[in-house]
Amino acid sequence: MTQRILLTGNGAAAWGARLARSDYIPAFPITPQTEIIESIAAWVEQGEMDARLVTLESEHSMVTAAGAAAATGVRVFSATSSQGLLYAMEMLYTVAGWRAPFVLVNVSRGLSAPITLEPDHNDILAARDSGFLQLHCATCQEVLDSVLLAFRLAEDRRIRLPVIVNLDGFYLSFTREPVNLPDLGSVDSFLPPFDPENIRFRASAPISQAVAVLGGSPYSYFRYETHLAALHGLGVYDEIACDFARTFGRRHPAVESYRMDDAQWAFVMIGSFATKAREAVDRLREIGWRIGLIRPRLLRPFPVSTLRHLCSGLRGAAVIDQNLSIGFGGVLHGELCAALYGETKAPRTLVSFIGGLGGRDISDEEFFEMAAVVRRAADAGQTPAPRLLYTEDELRELRTLQAVAHSERNDLGARSKTT
Amino acid sequence: MGSNEKIYRIRFHGRGGQGMKTASRILGTAFFLSGFEIQDAPRYGAERRGAPIFAYVRAARSPINERGIIRRPDLVVVADDTLLPIPAAGVLAGVDEHTILLLSSDVRAAEWVDRIRFPGQLILLPKLGETEDPPGLRFLGATCAGAAARLAGPVARDCLEASIHMEAGPLGAAALAENLSRALAAYDAMASHAGCVQPATATSADDYIAPRWVDLPFEQASVSAPAIHGTLTSALSKTGLWRTLRPVIDYARCKRCWWVCSTFCPDGAIQVDSAGQPGIDYEHCKGCMVCVAQCPPHAIEAVTERGSQAEEAS
Repeated sequence: MTQRILLTGNGAAAWGARLARSDYIPAFPITPQTEIIESIAAWVEQGEMDARLVTLESEHSMVTAAGAAAATGVRVFSATSSQGLLYAMEMLYTVAGWRAPFVLVNVSRGLSAPITLEPDHNDILAARDSGFLQLHCATCQEVLDSVLLAFRLAEDRRIRLPVIVNLDGFYLSFTREPVNLPDLGSVDSFLPPFDPENIRFRASAPISQAVAVLGGSPYSYFRYETHLAALHGLGVYDEIACDFARTFGRRHPAVESYRMDDAQWAFVMIGSFATKAREAVDRLREIGWRIGLIRPRLLRPFPVSTLRHLCSGLRGAAVIDQNLSIGFGGVLHGELCAALYGETKAPRTLVSFIGGLGGRDISDEEFFEMAAVVRRAADAGQTPAPRLLYTEDELRELRTLQAVAHSERNDLGARSKTT
Repeated sequence: MGSNEKIYRIRFHGRGGQGMKTASRILGTAFFLSGFEIQDAPRYGAERRGAPIFAYVRAARSPINERGIIRRPDLVVVADDTLLPIPAAGVLAGVDEHTILLLSSDVRAAEWVDRIRFPGQLILLPKLGETEDPPGLRFLGATCAGAAARLAGPVARDCLEASIHMEAGPLGAAALAENLSRALAAYDAMASHAGCVQPATATSADDYIAPRWVDLPFEQASVSAPAIHGTLTSALSKTGLWRTLRPVIDYARCKRCWWVCSTFCPDGAIQVDSAGQPGIDYEHCKGCMVCVAQCPPHAIEAVTERGSQAEEAS
């Protein structure tokens, strides 16, 4: 029987790992992720979850342990955030190359420096090219469901790649929402035990994994095969999402399209702030706008043809990036432009907005204004420069802080000379 | 969700340790058990006990797409009136004529309205005997949640009771009984104000105040690097204002060990003089009570800040 209970995003992630009957959980704590491994540790301790949880000395070792355990053919779950994900970066690329599947949850948090606890997507996007597939969540329900989807996707014999499920710190990690908790029987039928095929590790039958290659030719082969497997993930994901909808009655397409049927305009964004865009779409529709929301859930592989289809015939779109590629701009904007280049019915106007860095809120009014900017740009036939969502009031407050940081240098310097 | 569908937006403000996260969970669960879709969350940073923190609850009859900090609260609950004069605590952010302020204070409501020029209705949290008694402080969250549930209106008493069983049950029978009795007493005491909270309507996309965005000016790294050039900046921040409990050293029992309390103090707020006698810097002690827990001869006692201030004044 399905129960409907209140769970934080972290709680939902932990339940996903439990319902998936994860065998092995290498762990290392980091805010705002720690609640995930604390929940699992408590269940293991109380005998409610039959798994082995091991605390490692770093995220680098944790991801190594995850990949190594996956390479023996057991089901592996782990979780990290922000600096932790970056500390493991070398091993993210390495274990993806092993073609050993497991699921890693990342709770997004802005990167240092300056250091913060609140979310943006630069951490997860740093892992963009690693070979891990990526699912991005907007609600706590989606977090739980995505962990189950991710295991199916990762372990599919056509894919065999690790998958990251991403949720935003605070806005999901510490926020409770009603979540349907599926019963174990349905989960078992959707997600059967991991069949590792030929990646079983047995003492009597040694194999060598992750071998060295010299020369570009074999290297190119292995890397490009990994890429092809990831691209294959688009079709495989659709199959799995259909199966999920049949089993649980919830649809999680690779790209969420909200009120896009007759849309001329769209917001394009990923993550939990996209639910705010849904709200803005409803408000704008009330006053006659034909506007919708396009939200890629699957970011790797990048669902190019679905995005082309959804954008076809639009007059304009606001692409809202909660990330910043330093020296370039918004990552999603760049990727969408690349996907749409040369398409005859692609929108002429794709305006880039950078918002929500370090958890900076995006208000209703800002969504309305972004829509207005896009419409004015389309009417004028001129796309404005990328816009950081930052107000005069914020700059004034920042100036106050800077004044404190600088004037104290003088004041306290003078004082210490006299004392 | 259509704009005619109401969302209750409720913010709890208090100090770390006063149970505002607990209050938001009790209220969130009570709404949920009453048939609402809900969202509840605490918001905190790297602080510890005593720091200004807040938590919030949204409740509606259909799924909630709003997210994050509540900008225009319908109800603001304040567990500690010393937060009101602190701008960084943001207690009054976004309040207007429709906002109800529920305040725990010894000062009369009319005087607060005058002091802070509050535009809406201000209601004092009923005194249920807990504020002066340190063990009782732990249950302030339940009191706030019970009162807020009644002010909001659509939460039935038995749903509040069931919620407290879920949220406080794991803390043991004694804590559960204490939470239940305080929350239900506060719920009952608010009968005359039942349902006074009025959910605000959604922002209109037709008639809104456009954000005043700025283009950030380019500035040299000498200005724009995140550096603080001053020294002793933390000394300027009077974190002693955070305390709800005050550690007091009983010098008759202090062994002059010279190192335990001062080493464990996470804020360097205990200095030891050349004779080995510790002294607490109350301008910066945040009231975390780590020293009280660590002192081997139990020579440091926790007393209420309010009580000590009253004593000092007399």
